[in-house]
Amino acid sequence: MDIVSLIAAKANYWTYVILLMVGLYAMVAKNNLVKKIVGMVIFQTAVILFYVSIGYKKGGTLPIIMHGHDHGHGVDSFIKAADYINPLPHVLMLTAIVVGVATLGVALALAIKVYQEYGTLEEDEIRKQIELKG
Amino acid sequence: MILPIDLIVLLLVIISAFAAITVKDLLSASLMLGAYSFLLCLLWTVMGAVDVAFTEATVGAGVSTVFCVAAIFHTTRRTKD
Repeated sequence: MDIVSLIAAKANYWTYVILLMVGLYAMVAKNNLVKKIVGMVIFQTAVILFYVSIGYKKGGTLPIIMHGHDHGHGVDSFIKAADYINPLPHVLMLTAIVVGVATLGVALALAIKVYQEYGTLEEDEIRKQIELKG
Repeated sequence: MILPIDLIVLLLVIISAFAAITVKDLLSASLMLGAYSFLLCLLWTVMGAVDVAFTEATVGAGVSTVFCVAAIFHTTRRTKD
């Protein structure tokens, strides 16, 4: 029961480590180029999961200011930063998602060009054809 | 014992990531990647990052799945691993 609560308390970080290892394994050990690209996407989203987990607060609400319309006139109108989830990692990771999709597009375009050149997506067959040519 | 929803979603995320790299068909792999992105979108809604969640739902799940399917229809579905 102790080990279960230890894992469940940091479940986001355990998932981050597992996803990072899955992505790295797919990038290194898979033979197909599209499988390598899928591993790269999993790696990127694991890093995004890590950053969003940093900003999370237990009991915090969404980072949108409540009572924003009365400018300090009400009694309960002051803003406590501890009540809100930290929005700075979210904003950084928005950029990372868009850049990740651009990277995916470039990688798939390169895979299409490789397929038009060699007629296969498997890395060992491409390597064999390169050795036969040169 | 009531399991919280984020643990279930984290487990489903890990399962779909393993499925995306082990399935022996590239079209199935790209669709599993889309399911993985939608599960991450659900996870970020649970964690309070709603802006990241809807960017992931449109850009990460939608556009990248379309890119993968288009690339596979220009190349081949066949794979050895």
